[in-house]
Amino acid sequence: MITLKVNGKTVSVDVDPNTPLLWVLRETLSLTGTKYGCGVAQCGACTVHLNGEAIRSCIKRVADAAGKEITTIEGLSTDLSHPLQKAWIEIDVPQCGYCQSGQIMSAAVLLARNSKPTDANIDDAMTGNICRCGTYPRIRQAIHRAAEMKRDGGTTK
Amino acid sequence: MTGKLKRRDFFRIGAAAGGGLLISLYLPEVTNAKVSDKLKFVGPQTFAPNAFVRIGTDDSVTVIVNKSEMGQGVYTSLPMLLAEELEADWSKIKVESAPVDAAYNHTSFGIQMTGGSTSTASEWERFRKAGATARVMLIAAAAQNWQVEPQSCRAENGYVMHSASGRRASFGSLADAAAKIEPPKDVTLKEPSAFKLIGKPTRRLDTPAKVNGTAQFGLDVKIPGMLTAVIARPPVFGGKVATLNSEAARAVPGVRSVMQVPSGIAVIADGFWPAKLGRDKLEIKWDDGPNANLSTAGMREQYAKLAQNPGAIARKVGDPAKALAGATRTITAEYEVPYLAHAMMEPLNCVVDLQSDHCEIWTGTQFQTVDRMAAAAVAGLKAEQVQIHTMLLGGGFGRRANPASDFIVEAVQVAKVAKAPVKVVWTREDDISGGWYRPMWYDRMVAGIDVLGSPIAWTHTIVGQSIMEGTPFAAFGIRNGIDGTSVEGAADLLYGIPNLQVDLHTPKIGVPVMWWRSVGHSHNGFAVEAFFDEVAHAGGKDPVELRRTLLANQPRMRGVLDLVAQKANWGKPLAAGRGRGIATHFSFDSYVAQVAEVSVDKSGAVRVHRVVCTVDCGRVVNPDSVKAQMEGGIVFGLTAALKDEITLDRGRVQQRNFNDYPMLRMNEAPEIEVHIVPSTENPTGVGEPGVPPVAPAVANAIFAATGKRVRKLPIGLVAMG
Repeated sequence: MITLKVNGKTVSVDVDPNTPLLWVLRETLSLTGTKYGCGVAQCGACTVHLNGEAIRSCIKRVADAAGKEITTIEGLSTDLSHPLQKAWIEIDVPQCGYCQSGQIMSAAVLLARNSKPTDANIDDAMTGNICRCGTYPRIRQAIHRAAEMKRDGGTTK
Repeated sequence: MTGKLKRRDFFRIGAAAGGGLLISLYLPEVTNAKVSDKLKFVGPQTFAPNAFVRIGTDDSVTVIVNKSEMGQGVYTSLPMLLAEELEADWSKIKVESAPVDAAYNHTSFGIQMTGGSTSTASEWERFRKAGATARVMLIAAAAQNWQVEPQSCRAENGYVMHSASGRRASFGSLADAAAKIEPPKDVTLKEPSAFKLIGKPTRRLDTPAKVNGTAQFGLDVKIPGMLTAVIARPPVFGGKVATLNSEAARAVPGVRSVMQVPSGIAVIADGFWPAKLGRDKLEIKWDDGPNANLSTAGMREQYAKLAQNPGAIARKVGDPAKALAGATRTITAEYEVPYLAHAMMEPLNCVVDLQSDHCEIWTGTQFQTVDRMAAAAVAGLKAEQVQIHTMLLGGGFGRRANPASDFIVEAVQVAKVAKAPVKVVWTREDDISGGWYRPMWYDRMVAGIDVLGSPIAWTHTIVGQSIMEGTPFAAFGIRNGIDGTSVEGAADLLYGIPNLQVDLHTPKIGVPVMWWRSVGHSHNGFAVEAFFDEVAHAGGKDPVELRRTLLANQPRMRGVLDLVAQKANWGKPLAAGRGRGIATHFSFDSYVAQVAEVSVDKSGAVRVHRVVCTVDCGRVVNPDSVKAQMEGGIVFGLTAALKDEITLDRGRVQQRNFNDYPMLRMNEAPEIEVHIVPSTENPTGVGEPGVPPVAPAVANAIFAATGKRVRKLPIGLVAMG
């Protein structure tokens, strides 16, 4: 049994310790907001937070996540209140939406560390996340907007 | 309470005219289609006047959308059409995906499907009529209750109002009574000037679920008792299993069975990870079959040779041979583009629950009617015994409209041997190397210009595989040896060039091919528009001015051209080292023009800084969605222009994942500016038309910046020597 702390809750899972965290989240814990896109840390669709770092859960052994704080998109907020979620809705970022959990989780770490990210900061933080629908210009715009909302105390336009 | 859909036949409008493919003639299920009573929209508390809308006593308005949501925004734009005429409260709108039924068939194509950038055109009238019908019935119910004339009532924002008496009733409170009203025989639709929703930028209804992890894609489906399968498919197309040792695979904890299916070897397990580990441990010897020696290099040689002589004539105007002979100057160039994978972010998957008398399928598909027939045939069931739950699609781009229903058929085959509900999951490697590509193409172009520098002759020889051949659509998709999708965007050239020939060679190659976002336009747009730039320069003409001249009889294309030139500051100075390139393209009945601004560094690396795009797609339902589709189409087209190719060596695909089949990323994405040209014409395509112009616009911009012509995609590094 492996003990995980996911979105503030402690759960025990009976899985092969080598199983990637991604599949434990998706199949064992039914947290399907975290997506499979490539399995080799190339696309970022599986991005979650591990002790506050954005990591690719498709290549993270579940055993290596034991005892650490795991946050998935489902744990970002319970009510769409995170500034990134608000900005994503305001700017209508998603198209198919499949990559967006990972995009938002990568952006959340950026925003937690940098209250006024530049375009270059956004490139650095977001280049590991692929969007096949091509929403990059809107993601960029939404990160700037979320940063602004966060600075203004979360007000929506 | 009439939950049944018995009246909808009366309500269905006829097929839209004009070039619609009459697939219904070839698909038996459709010709015999009857409305099935199975489709009861349950809930006694519901008013369901037709197949597209249901109003609950709680005031909810559920719009049943028959098009697959793959990012293009149909789960918002089609409800907008219906809500506009219903006079619904937009905040009460819910969306459900339609089951498979003839009621939901494409109004032109006669099958239930999403593709060809036709969703808005197909539903523009039908969804508005569905809303108007419901509104008329709600008003009639209210008028009856109040004992007033229906003409004295009106609907607004989810209520029926009677101004004279100040009474009002919510749609929900009228649902029971409205269900007893005879539907009107005809309804009058609003004048566009009265639109409240249509044409207004409207936030997508599916966004909240896509930012909190609750959106359900096919891969997210879980049903009781479900196992997961990963398939080992042959490394060469058409290959077969020669010998199998599955001992090590079976020993993986969690693996339930290893079974041979027609497409390969299925490892069936408790979850994805053990299934994948099991597959890695299979020892399979493959019989490679007839395609063992296929190579991109060999094909390219064959294609280039074929291109030296004309093929089957797709279009001929005037006497191009004579005109070329008499031209002041001739220009010849050969263009080529590779096979391409769709590479949707959500890899293919399909959940099947197969029982003796019925089969349920959960998947992201664009091709419900075709898939259902194919699944039924494999399952030994009647089509009506198969139901498909269309989930959200994590990208489609054509791949999920497979003429052979490959990923559905395979999953039913696995379910047959698994003896349990099963989810088949494709890995990214399976997706990239699994075929069904955009064909590889080779284009030879020759133009003749007169003494004034104007083109007087244009010939275009196209070489590439047919997409339609071997599909149920071949009978009408291929005419006189010409697959219409091979020559689209070339044979229908809008430029007024007096002598023209477009011809086609269709080699038979054992690589499965299919439509890929913008289909034939994806290569013809590149060849035609990049060559046009060469012709303009050869004649000493400005590419915008020459287009203006040759598009004199194409006012809508002139409209997007003039606007893009203005918005992109065409002809004005640029920062040092930068170049501008322009391309225009007509596809899916829409007109698009794009100007790309690029620079090329000393190593030959291309940076696309900015793309300005103009589009005329007729009346616009949701302007923000149109902009999003242009943005997305540009990024999709840039990935193809700059980066990707699928190549084969000894029959084997050489790419596997995003490391060797890379996607454009955030740090490479240009600034994109989209302008919509207002129009009162009926709506036309939006999902695909943004793709074709971007590769030629970039190639032409590279020429402007460096003097180097790019005639082969992907561009990769420009040879700077």
